[in-house]
Amino acid sequence: MSTFNKDAVIKLSASLNEPEWMLQRRLQAWALYESLPMPTTKDEEWRRTDIRRLKLNEIGPSVNGDAAVNTAIPEFLGKELTEDVAGGRMLQVDGVVRQYELSDELKAQGVIFCDMHTAVSQHPDLLQKHFMTEGVRPDEGKFAALHAAFWRGGTFLYVPKNVQAAAPLHSVLWSVNGKTFTHTLVIVDVGAEAVFMDEYASAGGELPGLHNGCIELLVRDNASLIYAGLQDFGQNIWQFNHERGRIGRDARLDWVTSVMGSRLTKAFQTLELDRPGGWGRMSGIFFTNGRQHLDMDTQQNHNAGSTTSDLLYKGALRDKSRTVWQGMIKAQPGSQKIDGFQANRNLMLDKTARADSIPGLEIEADDVKCTHASAIGQLDPEELFYLMSRGIPRNTAVEMSVQGFFDPLMRRIPFEGVRNRIFDRIVEKIYT
Amino acid sequence: MTTALEIKNLHVSIGDQPILKGINLLVKQGETHALMGPNGSGKSTLAYTLAGHPAYEPSAGQVIFDGKDLLEMEADERSRAGLFLAFQYPAAVPGVTLAKFLRQTINSRRKAQNPEDPGISIPEFRRLLTKKMDSLGIDHKMAGRYLNEGFSGGEKKRVEILQMSVVEPKIAIMDETDSGLDIDALRVVSEGARRLQEEMNMGILVITHYQRILNYIQPDYVHIMLDGRIVESGGPELALELEERGYDWLREKHGVLEVA
Repeated sequence: MSTFNKDAVIKLSASLNEPEWMLQRRLQAWALYESLPMPTTKDEEWRRTDIRRLKLNEIGPSVNGDAAVNTAIPEFLGKELTEDVAGGRMLQVDGVVRQYELSDELKAQGVIFCDMHTAVSQHPDLLQKHFMTEGVRPDEGKFAALHAAFWRGGTFLYVPKNVQAAAPLHSVLWSVNGKTFTHTLVIVDVGAEAVFMDEYASAGGELPGLHNGCIELLVRDNASLIYAGLQDFGQNIWQFNHERGRIGRDARLDWVTSVMGSRLTKAFQTLELDRPGGWGRMSGIFFTNGRQHLDMDTQQNHNAGSTTSDLLYKGALRDKSRTVWQGMIKAQPGSQKIDGFQANRNLMLDKTARADSIPGLEIEADDVKCTHASAIGQLDPEELFYLMSRGIPRNTAVEMSVQGFFDPLMRRIPFEGVRNRIFDRIVEKIYT
Repeated sequence: MTTALEIKNLHVSIGDQPILKGINLLVKQGETHALMGPNGSGKSTLAYTLAGHPAYEPSAGQVIFDGKDLLEMEADERSRAGLFLAFQYPAAVPGVTLAKFLRQTINSRRKAQNPEDPGISIPEFRRLLTKKMDSLGIDHKMAGRYLNEGFSGGEKKRVEILQMSVVEPKIAIMDETDSGLDIDALRVVSEGARRLQEEMNMGILVITHYQRILNYIQPDYVHIMLDGRIVESGGPELALELEERGYDWLREKHGVLEVA
């Protein structure tokens, strides 16, 4: 088992046949990683998430050749990939591409949809320019630096100027060994449009695993992206993510995040509204049980006037699980006529669970509309009685009520098959 | 065999406060009963108790429905046995569409009969729903809306009757279905209930303050409730007398103080 060190960076890069520039970036990131202290609960952003039990070097990096490439993938994943309406489909297992398909129509449109390593070798100009330069930067934190040094696998999507991608894209990243460092880079160029669903899941297991991921969504002027990132890892996984969407003039980003799995998740999700007319919506769906710990740090940065952001994160909690949502809307000086909204609602299914909901505003402009709301509640007994009074058994009534809590957000997930599967997972989690 | 709802000496308290103080009532399939009484007389408590609301725990008495002890059954079992309550204030169920809800009510019944039942097919359900909605003048778009969320008073009442027509109960309790309805809505809703009675020999217990709904759903029997007891029972003429004379003469006759 290898540990995280400089030699491992060199070995990983060599095993992927990477060009020199990428190796250099990895090495720089490693140096940065070594210079940064491990976050502790004394750091404001980590105040509610204690990672002292994380033993990074007992997990180690994901290197080429260590994956169980020939193991079976769960039936539902394969089935979904063939039944959905996507024009581009990709399945990666522990960073290795297992299935790949891109329709002739999308190819003819010039849409690039491939795994990240193919992107590095075949589209070096785009990658050199946009990989971790304007979305997430390696110096944003300890885990951003670790990712930049050890990233492996993931998906690249580029939609050229004024192209409306003819069909949605669908990527599934499945992990057997529980060590993933996947990177998603999406560039929707000026006036272009795309729908992309990005799934992460793992088999679960006894040994601790790690997902250290990064998502970069670059939506240029007049462009539009619907992006759904859906996570369903085993409860042995520590997840650390940095995610950022950048939105240009009159552009739109509709961003859905679903978190069902992991032992612990700490995610930084940031929306940057860089130019007037930009619109961004962030929808969060999460359900924790057992001793899961989920900490979502969201920012809606209005860097220009006349921009709109709308965030709604909803969580259901069971057992001794804990969630933290800390949200911030920022308006830069001069960002007038902005409309920012954030809301977090939590459904407590057990008294032993705990949800912290911490909205925040930092407004340095005076002509703005910024509001926030948060609520913590239980299932409504009148609602359950009403459902039961029509012959629906209590368990089914509870399932309907919990599904109903998420329904308005679920409708924002682009594929029906996936939507139904998450609904099924929600029902499973009510009982497990 | 006809089904009957037989209430014997039913007592219900909320906290320390006795609300129902010995109700006796027999409603058979095919019959229409009106239960009238002023605010606070216990009418809605009776409705909720019969439907199985967990907050209404009987302290004495018995309710026999279709030969079985109703009070031993959960709310869902009571419904599947054929008892229906049209709520005065139906709860909103955010996130659950009217269509999904109605389909689940049908499937819950089928699954209770046969656990292997795959449920009603989507085309069959769609046909059924369209027919039932049309007969109650309900816009088809309502099917995709979240149940009772943002519905107007009239929409809620129509949807209660729609549910009644989907589950086809043996005996239905209509708790102040007339409140908040204009004349047109009242007529549609009442006709819907009456049609079900004709088609399926449904028994109806209409709970109301006013004579008005009884012009559309004519009762065979009228009962007056005061202070947790049925103090007077008679034919339809009793409702007319009540409309004319109010409740005071009954209060005097039965020695009941007006509830402040």
